[in-house]
Amino acid sequence: MAGGDVEREGGQVRTDYVPHADGDVTAMLEAVGAATVEDLFSEVPATVRLGRPLDLPAGVTEVELLAELRALAARTTPASELVSFLGAGIYDHYVPAVVDAITGRSEFQTAYTPYQPERSQGVLQSIFEFQTAICELTGMEVANASLYDAGTALAEASFIAGAQTRRSKIVVSDGVHPEYREVLATESAAYGPRPVAVGLAPGARTDGEALRAAIDADTAAVVVQQPGFFGALEDVGEAARLAHEAGALLVVVADPVTLGLLATPGEQGADIVVGEAQSFGNPMSYGGPGLGFMAVSAKLMRRLPGRLVGETRDLDGRRGFVLTLQTREQHIRREKATSNICSNHALNALAALVHLAWLGKRGLPELAETCLRRAVYLRERLLTLPGVTSYTDGPVFREFAVRLPLPAKELVDALVPEGFMAGVPLGWVAGFMSGSDDALDDVLLLAVTEKRTKAEIDAFVDAVAEVVGRG
Amino acid sequence: MADEAAGLFCAQGRATVETIFEKSRPGRRAGKVPAAGVPGRPLDELLPPVLRRAAPARLPEVAEVDIVRHFTELSTLNYGVDTGVYPLGSCTMKYNPKVNERIAALEAFRGLHPYQPDELAQGALELLWTLDRWLAEISGLSRATLQPAAGAHGELTGLLVIRAYHASLGRDPKRVIIPDTAHGTNPASVVTAGYEPVTVHSDARGGVDLEELRGLLDADVAALMLTNPNTLGVFDENIVEIARLVHDAGGLLYYDGANSNAVLGVSRPGDMGFDVVHFNTHKTFSTPHGGGGPGAGPIVVRDILEPFLPVPLVERRDDGSFFLRYERPQSIGRVRTFVGNFGVLLRAYAYIRALGPDGLRRVSDLAVLNANYVLEGVRDLFDLAYDRRCMHEFVVSATPLKEHGVRALDVAKRLLDYGLHPPTTYFPQIVDEALMIEPTETESKESLDHLIAAFRAIVDEARTDPDLLRQAPTRMPVRRLDEAEAARRPVLRQRFAEDEAGGAAGA
Repeated sequence: MAGGDVEREGGQVRTDYVPHADGDVTAMLEAVGAATVEDLFSEVPATVRLGRPLDLPAGVTEVELLAELRALAARTTPASELVSFLGAGIYDHYVPAVVDAITGRSEFQTAYTPYQPERSQGVLQSIFEFQTAICELTGMEVANASLYDAGTALAEASFIAGAQTRRSKIVVSDGVHPEYREVLATESAAYGPRPVAVGLAPGARTDGEALRAAIDADTAAVVVQQPGFFGALEDVGEAARLAHEAGALLVVVADPVTLGLLATPGEQGADIVVGEAQSFGNPMSYGGPGLGFMAVSAKLMRRLPGRLVGETRDLDGRRGFVLTLQTREQHIRREKATSNICSNHALNALAALVHLAWLGKRGLPELAETCLRRAVYLRERLLTLPGVTSYTDGPVFREFAVRLPLPAKELVDALVPEGFMAGVPLGWVAGFMSGSDDALDDVLLLAVTEKRTKAEIDAFVDAVAEVVGRG
Repeated sequence: MADEAAGLFCAQGRATVETIFEKSRPGRRAGKVPAAGVPGRPLDELLPPVLRRAAPARLPEVAEVDIVRHFTELSTLNYGVDTGVYPLGSCTMKYNPKVNERIAALEAFRGLHPYQPDELAQGALELLWTLDRWLAEISGLSRATLQPAAGAHGELTGLLVIRAYHASLGRDPKRVIIPDTAHGTNPASVVTAGYEPVTVHSDARGGVDLEELRGLLDADVAALMLTNPNTLGVFDENIVEIARLVHDAGGLLYYDGANSNAVLGVSRPGDMGFDVVHFNTHKTFSTPHGGGGPGAGPIVVRDILEPFLPVPLVERRDDGSFFLRYERPQSIGRVRTFVGNFGVLLRAYAYIRALGPDGLRRVSDLAVLNANYVLEGVRDLFDLAYDRRCMHEFVVSATPLKEHGVRALDVAKRLLDYGLHPPTTYFPQIVDEALMIEPTETESKESLDHLIAAFRAIVDEARTDPDLLRQAPTRMPVRRLDEAEAARRPVLRQRFAEDEAGGAAGA
């Protein structure tokens, strides 16, 4: 047994992944001048010793482990195996096989942050290429190496806006995903600008009058989401104009798939763009790890959080890549850093980059158009059903909300046995909508990706019709 | 000459790799997207031109084989735990078991949507609920949140929980004490949580200076953040006294779990007196680091702090079913979308499940043994910052090499030529010319002997031919890179020929 000479009485080490052979531990103890392994811990006071084994189930072998995990897996029904219309930030897009082939390469997967650039050119160059792809998608000048998710990225955007403008509040549309707004509120509890909400007009676009009224000389930034949480397309250019007139920044929460066709935040005047890019190359994975991203205008470059890769030359003049502008970061600047961010989502960014290269310049607009056309088709068909009405005004992109003649949760539950995940029931969102007493429990949010065929959509509409008809 | 000619054709490992954008050729493509196939109208009617982008994103136009060869070549320029020993101090670069990748790839896990009904996610919720309990047992505390996406995110979450706890008692302390050996994320997280960081210095043995700590403690101190063993690899023997002093002053203790690999099943932070702990699953629990992430930074808290944990928490009903609970009135709120980095957490679950209590204890035993073994093998080469038994890592100072005009950085770069990954350099900052070495338990005696031999050979070279170190690396795809120039004139994205005239910063 590997490392058998530290076996404890009654111990049940079935798996440990350590490579010590018989006799190694004894030889090594001798080399360090210790009689037993226990001696190595002599500086841990007896009063804080555990003195018993941890109260955890005894270890298992690999074959037993896999059997147990498969049993847990068998008690979930993943959305990906049903005909799913779930979205709201995490989308069931096709992940090409080439993505897994690349991200599974352990030279990428098992590397740490590239602190030694001469031996990390692979990940450094891939991040440089990812930064380029994000700039191209968003129309912005600089992008970082990734962040955790859209919610924390929005909080970081708020901190940038506060530092840049030295102002104390951030005006946030209710069209921004409620969970992103929750994260912003939590992380802004004691730092950065204070969030102030602006409601939506009927049809789910940001209320322009309310937005105008909310922006003042204390406003560090205005935040809108494009498309909005309910799928409505905002007037981003107008939001930029209002923000800039007041000396505030415009933050856009963007859905990068829609940027295959939609006007870029950059060309509409955004100063900071954040979002969730799980749609590219990453499985839904119960919502994490996804891929937060951030891109900014050149003037905000030195306020970016997290890792940034830059191009440079080596001693022989050969091109190479390094982590750069590190004086922004916590490991150099400690309490004066722009952010506490250390880890990012580099492997998820690599997956996105590979998927984007696979789609290419022509494939991304095609993907966006297929999603758009199928979503519009589904919406128009649903709106012909009795009692189903529009919640989100058109034009919409790949996601929209409808009002049903029954509680949305009931429809969802009724259609699971038919093999459908009908969408996200929005009753839980009611508490996040300012100046509205709409309970939203009859509102359903539906998303359509390229995986949903016309036949599936038709069958789904028929199934909805049957449930609605019963009511 | 023949070699040079061959070199022109065989660029791998020696020359610049064109970027994927530079490899782009008009009309070439990889994936195809299904056409919509539904009755429709012209695109202009569905999406008015005013809402559309002026030009497509300039993504590369490449074939699938181009993609595979490009990224395969890039991967050969990289180094991971699977490549070889990775003794990066405080990063715990242990082997990442392959079975965990197989588990994470199960469609039932990777295909879950965060908004699918709880009833259809029972296996996943049970896994999270169980992991919460296991982390509580491992830390000696009460309850976890699995939401934080990384260690630094766990720090911020823990500090916000501490802030909410003080507020619930009508207190509003302003300061958090941090040792001078702390990870850089600690002070940065303290600022983001709205506190002022105050430094306490290390004493002659590398622990917290108790006298100075006594002087700093008052009712204005919200917490002390501590890593134990600390970044010097030293276990602070005064931890019980430290905890008593902080608690008597009304403060709480935060445990930075980055160094937990030293004490699994040996000594639990809760038993040491800590009130909040974060774990880095990508360090202690073997989840792959992915070249910078994703990680996960769950925190575990003492019972008095439980009401303040973020929403949602996974709960179990009397009938044995699991659900996400959002109704928690004293919660600080949500710190991340959805439930956290589920795909990472499930690998950590599988690791803890496979090892069990005795396997985890063996991890710490051998991590500490391995570190002491390497320390013994190199102790005569360097100055020892603190000459005492180390835990899972240790710090040496390369100052003795200064007389040869050689610095810690040069030693690190020469290790690259030896085919090894260097240790952490210039950290902690209180040690001059620091090399911080953490072998982890998954290195064999032969692997450690090889590492020791490399250090010995390099220090020998420093005395006899220091230029070998100063010029290093010479066997890597690139030689030393001009980081100053990269920061002075930042080029942070691919430049396209048609943009060159513009020349905007960063573009």
